[in-house]
Amino acid sequence: MEEVVINTGDTAWMLISTGLVVLMIPGLALFYGGMVRVKSVLNMMMMSFGALAIVFVLWIAFGFSMVFGDSVGGKGLIGDIGQFTFLNGLDNSAAIIGTIPAAVFIAFQGIFAAITVALISGSIADRAKFGAWMVFAGIWATLVYFPVAHWVFAFDNFVAKTGGWIANDLGALDFAGGTAVHINAGAAGLALALILGKRVGFGKIPMRPHSLPLVMLGAALLWFGWFGFNAGSAVASNGTAGLALLNTIGATTAAVLSWLLVEKIRDGHATSLGAASGVVAGLVAITPACAAVNASGALIIGAVAGALCALSVGLKFKLGYDDSLDVVAVHLVGGIVGTIMIGFVGVDVGLFNGGGTGQLVKQAIGAGAVLAYSFIATLIIGKIVDLTIGFRITNDQELAGIDVAIHAERAYELTDNSQGSVLGFSKGA
Amino acid sequence: MKLITAILKPFKLEDVKNALQGAGITGMTVSEASGFGRQGGHTEVYRGAEYTVDLIPKVRLEVLVDDKDADSVVDVIVKAASTGSIGDGKVWTTPVDQVIRVRTGERGVDAI
Ligand SMILES: Nc1ncnc2c1ncn2[C@@H]1O[C@H](COP(=O)(O)OP(=O)(O)O)[C@@H](O)[C@H]1O
Ligand SMILES: [Mg+2]
Repeated sequence: MEEVVINTGDTAWMLISTGLVVLMIPGLALFYGGMVRVKSVLNMMMMSFGALAIVFVLWIAFGFSMVFGDSVGGKGLIGDIGQFTFLNGLDNSAAIIGTIPAAVFIAFQGIFAAITVALISGSIADRAKFGAWMVFAGIWATLVYFPVAHWVFAFDNFVAKTGGWIANDLGALDFAGGTAVHINAGAAGLALALILGKRVGFGKIPMRPHSLPLVMLGAALLWFGWFGFNAGSAVASNGTAGLALLNTIGATTAAVLSWLLVEKIRDGHATSLGAASGVVAGLVAITPACAAVNASGALIIGAVAGALCALSVGLKFKLGYDDSLDVVAVHLVGGIVGTIMIGFVGVDVGLFNGGGTGQLVKQAIGAGAVLAYSFIATLIIGKIVDLTIGFRITNDQELAGIDVAIHAERAYELTDNSQGSVLGFSKGA
Repeated sequence: MKLITAILKPFKLEDVKNALQGAGITGMTVSEASGFGRQGGHTEVYRGAEYTVDLIPKVRLEVLVDDKDADSVVDVIVKAASTGSIGDGKVWTTPVDQVIRVRTGERGVDAI
Protein backbone atom coordinates (compact mmCIF):
# COMPACT_ATOMS: atom_id res chain seq x y z
CA MET A 1 0.00 0.00 0.00
CA GLU A 2 1.38 3.40 -0.95
CA GLU A 3 2.23 5.69 1.90
CA VAL A 4 -0.23 8.55 2.45
CA VAL A 5 1.32 11.78 3.66
CA ILE A 6 -0.01 15.16 4.53
CA ASN A 7 0.86 17.99 2.13
CA THR A 8 1.67 20.97 4.31
CA GLY A 9 0.89 23.56 1.63
CA ASP A 10 -2.54 22.07 1.00
CA THR A 11 -3.15 21.80 4.71
CA ALA A 12 -2.19 25.40 5.39
CA TRP A 13 -4.54 26.67 2.68
CA MET A 14 -7.42 24.50 3.89
CA LEU A 15 -6.96 25.63 7.49
CA ILE A 16 -7.23 29.21 6.25
CA SER A 17 -10.16 28.38 3.95
CA THR A 18 -12.06 26.85 6.84
CA GLY A 19 -11.60 30.03 8.84
CA LEU A 20 -12.76 32.03 5.82
CA VAL A 21 -15.97 30.06 5.37
CA VAL A 22 -16.78 30.42 9.06
CA LEU A 23 -16.56 34.18 8.54
CA MET A 24 -19.37 33.87 5.99
CA ILE A 25 -21.83 33.17 8.82
CA PRO A 26 -21.46 36.59 10.53
CA GLY A 27 -21.13 38.04 7.01
CA LEU A 28 -24.52 36.64 6.07
CA ALA A 29 -25.97 37.67 9.44
CA LEU A 30 -24.92 41.29 8.80
CA PHE A 31 -26.02 41.19 5.15
CA TYR A 32 -29.47 39.95 6.15
CA GLY A 33 -29.62 41.86 9.45
CA GLY A 34 -29.03 45.22 7.79
CA MET A 35 -31.85 44.56 5.33
CA VAL A 36 -34.61 44.13 7.90
CA ARG A 37 -36.33 46.78 10.00
CA VAL A 38 -34.91 47.89 13.31
CA LYS A 39 -37.31 45.69 15.28
CA SER A 40 -36.11 42.38 13.85
CA VAL A 41 -32.35 42.73 13.33
CA LEU A 42 -31.37 40.40 16.14
CA ASN A 43 -33.74 37.62 15.14
CA MET A 44 -32.44 37.82 11.58
CA MET A 45 -28.85 37.51 12.76
CA MET A 46 -29.75 34.79 15.27
CA MET A 47 -31.16 32.59 12.51
CA SER A 48 -27.67 32.46 10.96
CA PHE A 49 -25.84 31.88 14.24
CA GLY A 50 -28.47 29.33 15.28
CA ALA A 51 -28.16 27.44 11.99
CA LEU A 52 -24.39 27.18 12.44
CA ALA A 53 -24.79 25.85 15.96
CA ILE A 54 -27.40 23.17 15.28
CA VAL A 55 -26.08 22.05 11.90
CA PHE A 56 -22.44 21.67 12.92
CA VAL A 57 -23.37 19.55 15.93
CA LEU A 58 -25.46 17.28 13.68
CA TRP A 59 -22.60 17.27 11.19
CA ILE A 60 -20.31 15.71 13.77
CA ALA A 61 -22.99 13.31 15.02
CA PHE A 62 -24.06 11.85 11.67
CA GLY A 63 -24.08 14.50 8.91
CA PHE A 64 -20.55 13.89 7.70
CA SER A 65 -21.27 10.19 7.51
CA MET A 66 -24.50 10.77 5.55
CA VAL A 67 -22.61 12.90 3.03
CA PHE A 68 -19.24 11.20 2.76
CA GLY A 69 -19.88 7.63 3.91
CA ASP A 70 -20.15 4.87 1.28
CA SER A 71 -23.27 5.25 -0.81
CA VAL A 72 -26.01 3.00 0.59
CA GLY A 73 -26.58 0.16 -1.90
CA GLY A 74 -24.26 1.95 -4.34
CA LYS A 75 -27.28 4.00 -5.50
CA GLY A 76 -25.60 7.37 -5.06
CA LEU A 77 -28.52 8.74 -3.02
CA ILE A 78 -27.25 8.79 0.55
CA GLY A 79 -24.08 7.93 2.46
CA ASP A 80 -23.90 5.28 5.18
CA ILE A 81 -24.92 6.95 8.43
CA GLY A 82 -23.21 4.24 10.47
CA GLN A 83 -19.79 4.48 8.87
CA PHE A 84 -18.43 7.68 10.40
CA THR A 85 -20.95 8.23 13.20
CA PHE A 86 -19.45 10.81 15.55
CA LEU A 87 -16.54 10.88 13.09
CA ASN A 88 -15.57 7.37 14.09
CA GLY A 89 -11.93 6.81 13.17
CA LEU A 90 -11.45 10.30 11.73
CA ASP A 91 -11.35 12.62 14.74
CA ASN A 92 -7.68 12.15 15.51
CA SER A 93 -4.54 13.89 14.33
CA ALA A 94 -3.36 10.98 12.16
CA ALA A 95 -6.35 10.47 9.85
CA ILE A 96 -5.95 11.85 6.35
CA ILE A 97 -8.45 12.70 3.59
CA GLY A 98 -6.88 13.49 0.22
CA THR A 99 -3.64 15.24 1.16
CA ILE A 100 -4.87 17.03 4.29
CA PRO A 101 -5.85 16.03 7.83
CA ALA A 102 -9.33 14.49 7.92
CA ALA A 103 -10.20 16.94 10.70
CA VAL A 104 -9.68 19.93 8.40
CA PHE A 105 -11.72 18.48 5.54
CA ILE A 106 -14.55 17.60 7.94
CA ALA A 107 -14.61 21.09 9.49
CA PHE A 108 -14.48 22.81 6.08
CA GLN A 109 -17.37 20.77 4.66
CA GLY A 110 -19.42 21.13 7.83
CA ILE A 111 -19.55 24.90 7.46
CA PHE A 112 -20.96 24.47 3.94
CA ALA A 113 -23.91 22.63 5.46
CA ALA A 114 -24.45 25.40 8.02
CA ILE A 115 -24.25 28.21 5.47
CA THR A 116 -26.76 26.52 3.18
CA VAL A 117 -29.29 26.34 6.00
CA ALA A 118 -28.58 29.92 7.11
CA LEU A 119 -29.21 31.21 3.57
CA ILE A 120 -32.81 29.96 3.70
CA SER A 121 -33.63 32.24 6.65
CA GLY A 122 -33.72 35.29 4.38
CA SER A 123 -37.07 34.24 2.98
CA ILE A 124 -38.85 34.22 6.37
CA ALA A 125 -37.65 37.45 7.98
CA ASP A 126 -39.55 39.05 10.88
CA ARG A 127 -42.05 36.26 11.54
CA ALA A 128 -40.65 32.81 12.41
CA LYS A 129 -40.55 31.39 15.95
CA PHE A 130 -36.91 30.91 16.82
CA GLY A 131 -37.46 27.44 18.27
CA ALA A 132 -39.38 26.34 15.20
CA TRP A 133 -36.57 27.66 13.00
CA MET A 134 -34.01 25.65 14.97
CA VAL A 135 -36.09 22.47 14.69
CA PHE A 136 -36.60 23.10 10.98
CA ALA A 137 -32.86 23.72 10.51
CA GLY A 138 -31.95 20.39 12.06
CA ILE A 139 -34.55 18.40 10.12
CA TRP A 140 -33.82 20.17 6.85
CA ALA A 141 -30.07 19.62 7.13
CA THR A 142 -30.69 15.93 7.80
CA LEU A 143 -33.31 15.22 5.16
CA VAL A 144 -32.34 17.67 2.44
CA TYR A 145 -28.80 19.03 2.70
CA PHE A 146 -27.01 15.83 3.70
CA PRO A 147 -28.53 13.72 0.90
CA VAL A 148 -28.09 16.43 -1.75
CA ALA A 149 -24.50 17.12 -0.68
CA HIS A 150 -23.88 13.38 -1.04
CA TRP A 151 -25.24 13.52 -4.59
CA VAL A 152 -23.00 16.45 -5.51
CA PHE A 153 -19.86 16.48 -3.34
CA ALA A 154 -19.11 12.78 -2.63
CA PHE A 155 -16.73 11.62 -5.33
CA ASP A 156 -15.96 7.92 -5.61
CA ASN A 157 -12.73 6.92 -3.91
CA PHE A 158 -12.14 10.26 -2.19
CA VAL A 159 -13.42 9.78 1.34
CA ALA A 160 -15.23 6.46 0.74
CA LYS A 161 -15.29 4.06 -2.21
CA THR A 162 -18.68 5.01 -3.57
CA GLY A 163 -20.20 8.48 -3.77
CA GLY A 164 -23.21 10.42 -5.11
CA TRP A 165 -25.07 10.14 -8.41
CA ILE A 166 -24.69 13.72 -9.65
CA ALA A 167 -20.91 13.75 -9.12
CA ASN A 168 -20.14 10.27 -10.41
CA ASP A 169 -22.93 8.89 -12.61
CA LEU A 170 -24.43 12.03 -14.17
CA GLY A 171 -21.16 13.95 -14.28
CA ALA A 172 -22.68 17.42 -13.83
CA LEU A 173 -20.03 19.95 -12.80
CA ASP A 174 -20.56 21.79 -9.53
CA PHE A 175 -17.26 22.88 -8.08
CA ALA A 176 -18.35 24.54 -4.82
CA GLY A 177 -22.11 24.20 -4.58
CA GLY A 178 -24.22 25.96 -7.21
CA THR A 179 -26.69 23.10 -6.90
CA ALA A 180 -26.07 21.65 -3.43
CA VAL A 181 -25.83 25.04 -1.73
CA HIS A 182 -27.55 27.76 -3.75
CA ILE A 183 -30.29 26.09 -5.81
CA ASN A 184 -30.95 23.96 -2.75
CA ALA A 185 -31.29 26.94 -0.37
CA GLY A 186 -33.16 29.03 -2.96
CA ALA A 187 -35.80 26.37 -3.64
CA ALA A 188 -36.17 25.76 0.10
CA GLY A 189 -36.53 29.50 0.69
CA LEU A 190 -39.39 29.65 -1.80
CA ALA A 191 -41.14 26.68 -0.20
CA LEU A 192 -40.76 28.10 3.30
CA ALA A 193 -42.00 31.55 2.28
CA LEU A 194 -45.14 29.82 0.95
CA ILE A 195 -45.60 27.81 4.17
CA LEU A 196 -45.22 30.81 6.49
CA GLY A 197 -47.18 33.24 4.38
CA LYS A 198 -46.71 36.99 4.02
CA ARG A 199 -45.70 39.38 6.74
CA VAL A 200 -48.41 41.65 8.10
CA GLY A 201 -48.64 44.57 5.68
CA PHE A 202 -46.47 42.98 2.97
CA GLY A 203 -46.64 45.10 -0.18
CA LYS A 204 -48.67 47.80 1.65
CA ILE A 205 -46.39 49.26 4.27
CA PRO A 206 -42.76 50.18 3.61
CA MET A 207 -40.28 47.54 4.75
CA ARG A 208 -37.03 49.37 4.32
CA PRO A 209 -33.55 48.10 5.19
CA HIS A 210 -32.62 49.69 8.52
CA SER A 211 -28.87 49.86 7.86
CA LEU A 212 -27.28 49.74 4.44
CA PRO A 213 -23.74 50.06 5.84
CA LEU A 214 -24.36 46.76 7.67
CA VAL A 215 -25.54 45.25 4.38
CA MET A 216 -22.40 46.48 2.61
CA LEU A 217 -20.17 45.19 5.41
CA GLY A 218 -21.95 41.84 5.31
CA ALA A 219 -21.53 41.58 1.54
CA ALA A 220 -17.83 42.42 1.88
CA LEU A 221 -17.31 39.76 4.56
CA LEU A 222 -19.22 37.24 2.44
CA TRP A 223 -16.97 38.05 -0.52
CA PHE A 224 -13.83 37.63 1.58
CA GLY A 225 -15.11 34.37 3.06
CA TRP A 226 -16.14 33.13 -0.37
CA PHE A 227 -12.47 32.85 -1.36
CA GLY A 228 -12.34 30.01 1.14
CA PHE A 229 -15.60 28.60 -0.15
CA ASN A 230 -14.60 28.56 -3.83
CA ALA A 231 -10.81 28.40 -3.90
CA GLY A 232 -10.88 26.12 -0.84
CA SER A 233 -13.07 23.69 -2.77
CA ALA A 234 -9.92 22.68 -4.66
CA VAL A 235 -8.96 21.01 -1.35
CA ALA A 236 -5.43 21.85 -2.39
CA SER A 237 -3.09 24.79 -2.70
CA ASN A 238 -2.70 24.64 -6.47
CA GLY A 239 -3.58 26.13 -9.85
CA THR A 240 -7.23 25.16 -9.58
CA ALA A 241 -7.52 27.12 -6.35
CA GLY A 242 -5.82 30.08 -8.03
CA LEU A 243 -8.18 30.00 -11.02
CA ALA A 244 -11.19 29.71 -8.72
CA LEU A 245 -10.02 32.75 -6.77
CA LEU A 246 -9.49 34.85 -9.90
CA ASN A 247 -12.90 33.92 -11.27
CA THR A 248 -14.51 34.65 -7.92
CA ILE A 249 -13.38 38.26 -8.29
CA GLY A 250 -14.10 38.54 -12.01
CA ALA A 251 -17.65 37.25 -11.95
CA THR A 252 -18.52 39.28 -8.88
CA THR A 253 -17.31 42.59 -10.26
CA ALA A 254 -19.17 41.95 -13.53
CA ALA A 255 -22.34 41.16 -11.57
CA VAL A 256 -22.08 44.44 -9.62
CA LEU A 257 -21.91 46.34 -12.90
CA SER A 258 -24.85 44.57 -14.51
CA TRP A 259 -27.05 44.77 -11.39
CA LEU A 260 -26.40 48.52 -11.16
CA LEU A 261 -27.05 48.97 -14.87
CA VAL A 262 -30.44 47.26 -14.59
CA GLU A 263 -31.28 49.49 -11.62
CA LYS A 264 -30.21 52.67 -13.37
CA ILE A 265 -32.33 51.87 -16.41
CA ARG A 266 -35.33 50.49 -14.52
CA ASP A 267 -35.46 52.63 -11.37
CA GLY A 268 -33.36 55.63 -12.29
CA HIS A 269 -30.79 55.12 -9.52
CA ALA A 270 -27.77 52.92 -8.91
CA THR A 271 -28.11 51.92 -5.24
CA SER A 272 -25.77 50.61 -2.58
CA LEU A 273 -28.20 47.77 -1.86
CA GLY A 274 -27.97 46.94 -5.56
CA ALA A 275 -24.18 46.87 -5.42
CA ALA A 276 -24.19 44.61 -2.35
CA SER A 277 -26.80 42.37 -3.98
CA GLY A 278 -24.76 42.25 -7.19
CA VAL A 279 -21.78 41.08 -5.16
CA VAL A 280 -23.74 38.17 -3.75
CA ALA A 281 -25.42 37.31 -7.07
CA GLY A 282 -22.01 37.13 -8.76
CA LEU A 283 -20.54 35.04 -5.96
CA VAL A 284 -23.48 32.63 -6.12
CA ALA A 285 -23.31 32.20 -9.88
CA ILE A 286 -19.57 31.60 -10.06
CA THR A 287 -19.66 29.07 -7.22
CA PRO A 288 -20.35 26.01 -9.39
CA ALA A 289 -18.31 27.32 -12.30
CA CYS A 290 -15.19 28.86 -10.78
CA ALA A 291 -12.89 26.00 -11.84
CA ALA A 292 -14.65 25.21 -15.12
CA VAL A 293 -14.37 28.53 -16.94
CA ASN A 294 -11.67 30.98 -17.97
CA ALA A 295 -11.67 34.65 -17.00
CA SER A 296 -13.96 35.79 -19.83
CA GLY A 297 -16.36 32.95 -19.02
CA ALA A 298 -16.46 34.20 -15.45
CA LEU A 299 -17.20 37.75 -16.60
CA ILE A 300 -20.07 36.50 -18.77
CA ILE A 301 -21.55 34.38 -15.97
CA GLY A 302 -21.30 37.27 -13.53
CA ALA A 303 -22.85 39.77 -15.93
CA VAL A 304 -25.77 37.49 -16.78
CA ALA A 305 -26.36 36.61 -13.13
CA GLY A 306 -26.28 40.23 -11.96
CA ALA A 307 -28.84 41.24 -14.57
CA LEU A 308 -31.18 38.25 -14.21
CA CYS A 309 -31.12 38.36 -10.40
CA ALA A 310 -31.84 42.10 -10.43
CA LEU A 311 -34.76 41.50 -12.78
CA SER A 312 -36.09 38.70 -10.57
CA VAL A 313 -36.47 40.70 -7.34
CA GLY A 314 -39.83 42.11 -8.41
CA LEU A 315 -41.38 38.66 -8.98
CA LYS A 316 -42.46 38.23 -5.38
CA PHE A 317 -44.68 41.30 -5.57
CA LYS A 318 -46.21 40.16 -8.87
CA LEU A 319 -46.75 36.58 -7.76
CA GLY A 320 -47.55 37.43 -4.15
CA TYR A 321 -45.07 35.40 -2.09
CA ASP A 322 -43.11 37.12 0.66
CA ASP A 323 -39.54 35.95 0.06
CA SER A 324 -38.48 38.77 2.30
CA LEU A 325 -34.79 39.15 1.46
CA ASP A 326 -34.88 37.63 -2.04
CA VAL A 327 -33.38 34.22 -1.45
CA VAL A 328 -35.13 33.09 -4.64
CA ALA A 329 -34.01 35.99 -6.82
CA VAL A 330 -30.40 35.83 -5.64
CA HIS A 331 -29.65 32.21 -4.70
CA LEU A 332 -32.09 30.18 -6.79
CA VAL A 333 -31.77 32.31 -9.92
CA GLY A 334 -28.02 32.89 -9.43
CA GLY A 335 -27.42 29.21 -8.74
CA ILE A 336 -29.31 28.18 -11.86
CA VAL A 337 -27.46 30.73 -14.01
CA GLY A 338 -24.04 29.53 -12.84
CA THR A 339 -24.87 25.84 -13.06
CA ILE A 340 -26.48 26.03 -16.51
CA MET A 341 -23.93 28.40 -18.02
CA ILE A 342 -21.14 25.90 -17.47
CA GLY A 343 -22.89 24.11 -20.32
CA PHE A 344 -22.33 27.17 -22.52
CA VAL A 345 -19.02 28.69 -21.48
CA GLY A 346 -17.26 25.80 -19.70
CA VAL A 347 -13.72 25.29 -21.03
CA ASP A 348 -13.75 22.29 -23.44
CA VAL A 349 -17.24 21.16 -22.34
CA GLY A 350 -19.37 24.24 -23.12
CA LEU A 351 -21.53 24.62 -26.22
CA PHE A 352 -19.76 27.86 -27.14
CA ASN A 353 -16.39 26.16 -26.74
CA GLY A 354 -17.07 23.29 -29.12
CA GLY A 355 -18.27 20.93 -26.40
CA GLY A 356 -21.69 20.24 -27.89
CA THR A 357 -24.82 20.02 -25.78
CA GLY A 358 -23.83 17.00 -23.69
CA GLN A 359 -22.62 18.93 -20.66
CA LEU A 360 -25.47 21.41 -20.90
CA VAL A 361 -28.00 18.60 -20.55
CA LYS A 362 -26.14 17.15 -17.56
CA GLN A 363 -26.07 20.55 -15.90
CA ALA A 364 -29.80 21.02 -16.45
CA ILE A 365 -30.61 17.58 -15.02
CA GLY A 366 -28.47 18.23 -11.93
CA ALA A 367 -30.03 21.66 -11.37
CA GLY A 368 -33.58 20.40 -11.94
CA ALA A 369 -33.19 17.39 -9.66
CA VAL A 370 -31.88 19.46 -6.73
CA LEU A 371 -34.51 22.15 -7.26
CA ALA A 372 -37.40 19.70 -7.35
CA TYR A 373 -36.24 17.58 -4.42
CA SER A 374 -35.47 20.59 -2.22
CA PHE A 375 -38.73 22.39 -3.01
CA ILE A 376 -40.97 19.40 -2.38
CA ALA A 377 -39.12 18.12 0.69
CA THR A 378 -39.07 21.60 2.21
CA LEU A 379 -42.80 22.06 1.66
CA ILE A 380 -43.40 18.83 3.57
CA ILE A 381 -40.94 19.54 6.39
CA GLY A 382 -42.12 23.13 6.77
CA LYS A 383 -45.78 22.07 6.85
CA ILE A 384 -45.11 19.43 9.50
CA VAL A 385 -43.22 21.90 11.70
CA ASP A 386 -46.06 24.39 11.27
CA LEU A 387 -48.80 21.87 12.12
CA THR A 388 -46.98 20.48 15.16
CA ILE A 389 -45.18 23.28 17.00
CA GLY A 390 -46.32 26.24 14.89
CA PHE A 391 -43.88 28.19 12.72
CA ARG A 392 -45.17 31.76 13.01
CA ILE A 393 -45.26 34.25 15.83
CA THR A 394 -48.59 36.03 16.44
CA ASN A 395 -49.50 39.12 14.45
CA ASP A 396 -49.24 41.22 17.60
CA GLN A 397 -45.73 39.95 18.28
CA GLU A 398 -44.81 40.63 14.68
CA LEU A 399 -46.11 44.19 14.81
CA ALA A 400 -44.39 44.84 18.13
CA GLY A 401 -41.19 43.37 16.69
CA ILE A 402 -39.80 39.88 16.93
CA ASP A 403 -36.63 40.96 18.76
CA VAL A 404 -38.44 42.08 21.89
CA ALA A 405 -41.28 39.54 21.57
CA ILE A 406 -39.14 36.43 21.10
CA HIS A 407 -35.63 37.27 22.27
CA ALA A 408 -36.43 39.92 24.91
CA GLU A 409 -33.74 42.20 23.47
CA ARG A 410 -33.43 45.29 21.31
CA ALA A 411 -30.66 45.77 18.77
CA TYR A 412 -29.90 49.39 19.52
CA GLU A 413 -29.91 51.58 22.59
CA LEU A 414 -28.90 54.94 21.23
CA THR A 415 -29.99 57.12 24.11
CA ASP A 416 -29.88 56.66 27.85
CA ASN A 417 -33.48 57.77 28.29
CA SER A 418 -35.26 54.44 28.70
CA GLN A 419 -33.62 52.89 31.72
CA GLY A 420 -36.65 51.30 33.35
CA SER A 421 -36.01 49.37 36.53
CA VAL A 422 -34.46 46.04 37.49
CA LEU A 423 -36.95 43.16 37.78
CA GLY A 424 -34.56 40.46 38.92
CA PHE A 425 -31.37 38.53 38.22
CA SER A 426 -31.05 34.92 37.18
CA LYS A 427 -30.40 32.64 40.14
CA GLY A 428 -27.53 30.25 40.40
CA ALA A 429 -23.74 30.36 40.36
CA MET B 1 -42.44 85.28 29.43
CA LYS B 2 -42.73 83.57 26.06
CA LEU B 3 -41.59 80.30 24.57
CA ILE B 4 -40.43 80.70 21.01
CA THR B 5 -40.52 77.46 19.05
CA ALA B 6 -38.94 77.31 15.61
CA ILE B 7 -38.99 74.48 13.06
CA LEU B 8 -35.93 74.85 10.86
CA LYS B 9 -34.13 73.20 8.01
CA PRO B 10 -31.37 71.25 9.75
CA PHE B 11 -28.55 72.87 7.78
CA LYS B 12 -29.78 76.31 8.93
CA LEU B 13 -29.37 75.51 12.63
CA GLU B 14 -25.81 76.75 12.81
CA ASP B 15 -26.70 80.15 11.27
CA VAL B 16 -29.70 80.58 13.56
CA LYS B 17 -27.74 79.63 16.65
CA ASN B 18 -24.96 82.09 15.79
CA ALA B 19 -27.47 84.86 15.11
CA LEU B 20 -29.20 84.24 18.45
CA GLN B 21 -25.91 84.26 20.32
CA GLY B 22 -25.06 87.51 18.55
CA ALA B 23 -28.37 88.91 19.79
CA GLY B 24 -27.46 88.07 23.38
CA ILE B 25 -29.47 84.89 23.86
CA THR B 26 -27.69 82.67 26.38
CA GLY B 27 -29.62 79.42 26.18
CA MET B 28 -31.73 77.31 23.89
CA THR B 29 -32.91 73.72 23.43
CA VAL B 30 -32.57 71.88 20.13
CA SER B 31 -34.13 68.58 19.16
CA GLU B 32 -34.42 66.52 16.03
CA ALA B 33 -37.87 66.55 14.53
CA SER B 34 -39.67 65.21 11.50
CA GLY B 35 -42.02 67.44 9.61
CA PHE B 36 -44.75 67.30 7.05
CA GLY B 37 -45.93 70.22 5.00
CA ARG B 38 -46.03 71.61 1.50
CA GLN B 39 -42.38 70.86 0.88
CA GLY B 40 -43.18 67.21 0.18
CA GLY B 41 -40.92 64.25 0.80
CA HIS B 42 -38.74 62.19 -1.48
CA THR B 43 -38.77 58.72 -2.98
CA GLU B 44 -36.46 55.89 -1.99
CA VAL B 45 -35.89 52.66 -3.89
CA TYR B 46 -34.71 49.33 -2.48
CA ARG B 47 -34.23 46.43 -4.90
CA GLY B 48 -36.75 48.02 -7.22
CA ALA B 49 -39.41 48.64 -4.54
CA GLU B 50 -40.19 52.37 -4.46
CA TYR B 51 -41.32 54.14 -1.30
CA THR B 52 -42.29 57.75 -0.71
CA VAL B 53 -41.07 59.30 2.48
CA ASP B 54 -43.18 62.32 3.41
CA LEU B 55 -41.79 63.07 6.85
CA ILE B 56 -38.61 65.02 6.33
CA PRO B 57 -35.90 65.81 8.86
CA LYS B 58 -36.27 69.14 10.66
CA VAL B 59 -34.77 70.72 13.73
CA ARG B 60 -36.94 72.08 16.53
CA LEU B 61 -35.42 74.99 18.43
CA GLU B 62 -36.90 76.32 21.66
CA VAL B 63 -35.97 79.58 23.37
CA LEU B 64 -37.48 81.12 26.51
CA VAL B 65 -37.46 84.94 26.48
CA ASP B 66 -38.82 87.90 28.39
CA ASP B 67 -42.07 89.27 26.83
CA LYS B 68 -40.40 92.45 25.70
CA ASP B 69 -37.70 90.57 23.74
CA ALA B 70 -40.03 88.14 21.96
CA ASP B 71 -40.65 90.06 18.75
CA SER B 72 -37.03 90.95 18.12
CA VAL B 73 -35.83 87.39 18.79
CA VAL B 74 -38.44 86.00 16.40
CA ASP B 75 -37.17 88.42 13.76
CA VAL B 76 -33.58 87.26 14.32
CA ILE B 77 -34.64 83.63 13.86
CA VAL B 78 -36.73 84.26 10.76
CA LYS B 79 -33.97 86.29 9.11
CA ALA B 80 -31.27 83.71 9.81
CA ALA B 81 -33.42 80.70 8.88
CA SER B 82 -34.68 81.96 5.56
CA THR B 83 -33.52 80.56 2.23
CA GLY B 84 -36.63 81.76 0.42
CA SER B 85 -37.71 78.28 -0.61
CA ILE B 86 -40.61 76.06 0.48
CA GLY B 87 -39.92 74.19 3.71
CA ASP B 88 -37.99 76.93 5.51
CA GLY B 89 -40.24 76.25 8.47
CA LYS B 90 -42.38 77.96 11.09
CA VAL B 91 -41.76 80.06 14.15
CA TRP B 92 -44.39 80.49 16.84
CA THR B 93 -44.63 81.91 20.33
CA THR B 94 -46.61 80.72 23.34
CA PRO B 95 -47.17 82.38 26.71
CA VAL B 96 -45.32 80.79 29.62
CA ASP B 97 -46.60 80.86 33.23
CA GLN B 98 -43.48 80.08 35.12
CA VAL B 99 -39.78 79.26 34.66
CA ILE B 100 -37.58 77.90 37.45
CA ARG B 101 -33.81 77.48 37.47
CA VAL B 102 -33.23 74.03 39.01
CA ARG B 103 -29.85 74.87 40.57
CA THR B 104 -30.85 78.01 42.46
CA GLY B 105 -34.63 77.89 42.60
CA GLU B 106 -34.83 81.37 40.98
CA ARG B 107 -38.18 82.02 39.36
CA GLY B 108 -39.52 84.02 36.45
CA VAL B 109 -37.34 86.23 34.25
CA ASP B 110 -34.40 85.76 36.62
CA ALA B 111 -34.38 82.06 35.73
CA ILE B 112 -33.98 82.63 31.99
N1 LIG C 1 -49.43 73.35 10.84
C1 LIG C 1 -48.20 73.03 11.25
N2 LIG C 1 -47.98 72.73 12.54
C2 LIG C 1 -46.74 72.42 12.98
N3 LIG C 1 -45.68 72.35 12.18
C3 LIG C 1 -45.84 72.63 10.87
C4 LIG C 1 -47.12 72.98 10.34
N4 LIG C 1 -46.96 73.18 9.02
C5 LIG C 1 -45.65 72.99 8.76
N5 LIG C 1 -44.97 72.65 9.85
C6 LIG C 1 -43.55 72.40 9.97
O1 LIG C 1 -42.85 73.29 9.12
C7 LIG C 1 -42.10 72.55 8.15
C8 LIG C 1 -42.09 73.29 6.84
O2 LIG C 1 -43.40 73.40 6.32
P1 LIG C 1 -43.70 73.39 4.75
O3 LIG C 1 -45.16 73.48 4.54
O4 LIG C 1 -43.01 72.21 4.15
O5 LIG C 1 -42.94 74.65 4.20
P2 LIG C 1 -43.24 76.19 4.50
O6 LIG C 1 -42.80 76.42 5.91
O7 LIG C 1 -42.40 76.88 3.50
O8 LIG C 1 -44.70 76.40 4.32
C9 LIG C 1 -42.75 71.20 8.10
O9 LIG C 1 -41.85 70.18 7.69
C10 LIG C 1 -43.21 71.00 9.52
O10 LIG C 1 -42.13 70.55 10.32
MG1 LIG D 1 -46.74 74.75 5.14
